[in-house]
Amino acid sequence: MLRIENLSAFYGEAQVLRDVSLEVSAGEVVTLVGRNGAGKSTLLRCVMGLHPGQRGTVELDGRDITRLPAHRRARLGLGWVPDDRGSYATLTVTENLTLPPTVGPDPWSLERVYEAFPALHTRRDSAATMLSGGEQQMLALARVLRMGARLLLCDEPTEGLSPLLVQQVGDLLREAKRHGVTVLLVEQNLHFATGVADRHYLLAEGRVAEAMDNSEVRSRERELLAYLGI
Amino acid sequence: MSGFAQNTFNGLVSGAFYALLALGLAVIFGMLRVVNFAHGAFYMLGAFGAYVLLTEAGVPFWAALLIMPVGLGLLGMALERAVIHRLTRLDPLYNFLLTFGLTLILQDLVKLRYGVQSSPYATPSLLSGSVNFGLFDFPTYRVFILGFAVLLCVAVWWVLTRTRIGMVVRASTERPDLTRAFGIDVGRWVTPVFGFGIGLAGLAGVLAAPMRAVNPLMGADLIIVVFAVVVIGGLGSIFGSVAAGFGIGLVQAWGEAYLSHFPIVSQTIVFVVMAGVLLWRPAGLFGREEAPA
Repeated sequence: MLRIENLSAFYGEAQVLRDVSLEVSAGEVVTLVGRNGAGKSTLLRCVMGLHPGQRGTVELDGRDITRLPAHRRARLGLGWVPDDRGSYATLTVTENLTLPPTVGPDPWSLERVYEAFPALHTRRDSAATMLSGGEQQMLALARVLRMGARLLLCDEPTEGLSPLLVQQVGDLLREAKRHGVTVLLVEQNLHFATGVADRHYLLAEGRVAEAMDNSEVRSRERELLAYLGI
Repeated sequence: MSGFAQNTFNGLVSGAFYALLALGLAVIFGMLRVVNFAHGAFYMLGAFGAYVLLTEAGVPFWAALLIMPVGLGLLGMALERAVIHRLTRLDPLYNFLLTFGLTLILQDLVKLRYGVQSSPYATPSLLSGSVNFGLFDFPTYRVFILGFAVLLCVAVWWVLTRTRIGMVVRASTERPDLTRAFGIDVGRWVTPVFGFGIGLAGLAGVLAAPMRAVNPLMGADLIIVVFAVVVIGGLGSIFGSVAAGFGIGLVQAWGEAYLSHFPIVSQTIVFVVMAGVLLWRPAGLFGREEAPA
C-alpha cells in the first residue's frame, strides 16, 4: 500500500533521513521505533507531505505521490495523527471532528464516534484544547476514523497517557485494523508496539537499521530498551 | 446627561469605522500572516471612488455602497495573486515595504488626478436630517452607520462561527499546515479572504464619504489609530478587533470631551491605552500566543 524508496530529508544543512526504504502492505500495522532524533517523526511528515526538504519517492497504492501537496494526499486516504495531537483551540470538539472531509469508503459517523467516546460527546461544544491530554489523543484518533482514512500515520499516540488509555488506543487501532485500515505508527512503548503491530522498523541515525517481527522484538526487548534509552 | 449620551454615541460611530477596518486587518493577518499597511489606502479609495462615481457618472450613494466594496475586493484579490502572496516566505520587513509602498503609490495616484484638497460628498437624501430618541437629536446618517456596522460585524461573526466556510477559515488561520494535512486546500481560501478584508475597508470608505472630508490622506490619518486598535484587540483576533474598535472609539470621544483641558492627554490617550494593554497582556486583550505551525 505504502512504499518509500531512498527517502532522504533535511532540516537546512542537517540530514535527518538517509536513503530510507520501507514498505507497508494493506491491512498491516507497522511501527517505527528508534531513539529521539532518529528521524521517525520526520519520516511520517514526509509521507504526509508536510516536510519541504526531501528527496526520494513515496508511493501510495502504486501511485507516485512524492510531488502531491498534503491536502491531496489526505484526500487519497491518509489520516494524520500528529505528535502534539493537533487540537484546534478555535474549533469545538465537533468541529475538530468534522473539519476533514471524508476520504475513504468506510468513514465513521459522528454518532458512532460519540458512542465510542462518551467523554467527547459530553464536551462536544467545548474548545478542543480544553480537553485533557488523553481526551485530545482520543479526539485525534477519532478524527481520522471519521475521515475514513485508509492509512493512519500515528505519531506516538500513547505518549503521556495512563495505562488504561494506552489500552484504549490499542483497542482502537486493533479494531481499525480489523476493518482493513493500515497503520504506520511511531512508538517508543515496545510492549504496546508488539501488542498492536505486525512488524517493526528500527530507525537509527536516519537509516533503517533493522526490520523485525513481533517475536524478535519480544526476545530482544531488554537489549532494545537499553538501546532506546528507556 | 445628554452631553454624555452624545459623546458616547459619537464615540461608537467612530468606533464603527475602527471596527470595520480592524476586522479586515484581522482576517487578513489571520489567514496570510501579512500586516496590510495599505489598508488605509483602500479605505480612502472607497471614499474617493464613491465621490468620483457620484460627480462624474451620477452614481448614487447606495449603488456606490455596493460597487466600491466589490470592485476593491476584486482589486485586492488581483493584488494578492500578483504580489502579496510572495510575502509569505519572506522576511516580515518586505511585508512592510510592499504594503507601505502600495499605500504611497495609491495615495499619489489619487493626488495626481484630484489634488490634495478635500471634496464634499452630500449625505444621501434618505438619511439626511436627524432622529430624536429622547436625549438629543441624532443625525440620521450616523445612526445608520452605527446600525449598519454592527449588523455587518454580527454577520461576519456568524459566518465565521456558524458556517463550514468559517470553520475552515478558523482552522487555516490557527494551524495552516495541520489543516492541509486534513485535506483542505488552505491556499484556495487565501485570495478570497484578502479580497474580503479589502472590500470591508472599501465599504468603510464609502460610509465615511458623507461625514468625513474626502481626500487622498484620509486613510493615512485613520490607519494609525486602527493599528493601535488591532494591537489592543490582539493581532488576528476577530472578536478582539471589533470590541477594541468600538472601545477605542469610546475612549477617544470621552477623552476629547472630558480631558479637553489636557490636549496632550486627549490626543495620546489611545496610545497610552495601547501601551498599558501591552504591558498587561503582550498578545492583546483577546489575542493568543502564536501556536507552533
